[in-house]
Amino acid sequence: MDTTILDALQNARRAKRPVALATNLRSGAQKLIFKDGTEGPLCLDVDMIIGMQDMLARDESGTLQTGAGPVFVQVHNPPPRLIVVGAVHIADPLARMGAMAGFGVTLIDPRRAFATSQRFEDYAVSTEWPDDAMAELKPDTRSAIVTLTHDPKIDDPALDAALKSSAFYIGALGSRKTHAARLARLKELGHDDAALARIRGPVGLDIGALSPAEIAVSIVAQIVQARRKP
Amino acid sequence: MTEDVLDQAEAWRKEGRNVALATVVTTWGSSPRPIGSQLAVDGEGKFLGSVSGGCIEGAVIKEALAAIGDGKPRLLDFGVTNEQAWEVGLACGGKVQVFVEKLG
Repeated sequence: MDTTILDALQNARRAKRPVALATNLRSGAQKLIFKDGTEGPLCLDVDMIIGMQDMLARDESGTLQTGAGPVFVQVHNPPPRLIVVGAVHIADPLARMGAMAGFGVTLIDPRRAFATSQRFEDYAVSTEWPDDAMAELKPDTRSAIVTLTHDPKIDDPALDAALKSSAFYIGALGSRKTHAARLARLKELGHDDAALARIRGPVGLDIGALSPAEIAVSIVAQIVQARRKP
Repeated sequence: MTEDVLDQAEAWRKEGRNVALATVVTTWGSSPRPIGSQLAVDGEGKFLGSVSGGCIEGAVIKEALAAIGDGKPRLLDFGVTNEQAWEVGLACGGKVQVFVEKLG
């Protein structure tokens, strides 16, 4: 990989701009594929480039056969996101395990004293109200959202925004009783049963988790399951 | 917090070290690391990341050092049908193809 390609690839990754690296496995010649253009010396015909842009959109790496030999396409999409609402105790192991599993973690908590705690200094933190924070974050099909506060003032607007998004995972911490009351409130906001069924509550796989770290394990496991084995 | 092999390889390169990058490009059957998994190797054989559960790393590092030496990319095949695979022992029984290139 020459320096020009490496620099351009790393710049795109840092800017969270989706990019695929195409490598001819015989010659080693390379080209960067963006959704709106290409960069680099590897010669590819237009149909091939369109096919690679399609792979980029599908987040799927693989090898394509071309007249000049096999070309490996490695997709570098920005990491999937984990949005945690509530900078409470469980948020600490959840953010850490989420980051280990490859997620870009953002914490939302308008209660400044919680959000600015030293234990969250490694993560992106928003002290906006969840409706404003979510409007800014624009969760998409590669986003997971977990609410942890139990406080309707904070969790409800976050879940309302989550249900209006295409997030692949929505989880809400709270007992069955808390969850039933929460669903009733969200229903009043206009969400039907099918929409409400998207919320995992009580959150996490049922592994009998008790401690904050164990609960984080159960939540991260459920998020991985939703992503890899939907 | 996630170990990003490409970032580390770039950092090594900026320190003036020679670096080769190995990438899993094809897998068949039960392969321990998915397509796109990477291993970075520096000129002294120090490495980071993985392209298997540890079975073929030794052979890949050897080829990575050779790629650093001559600057040429390499496409390596490991699997049960491959003589070398018996030697390096791809215990899972899968097959993998690994592309090795010098960085920068």
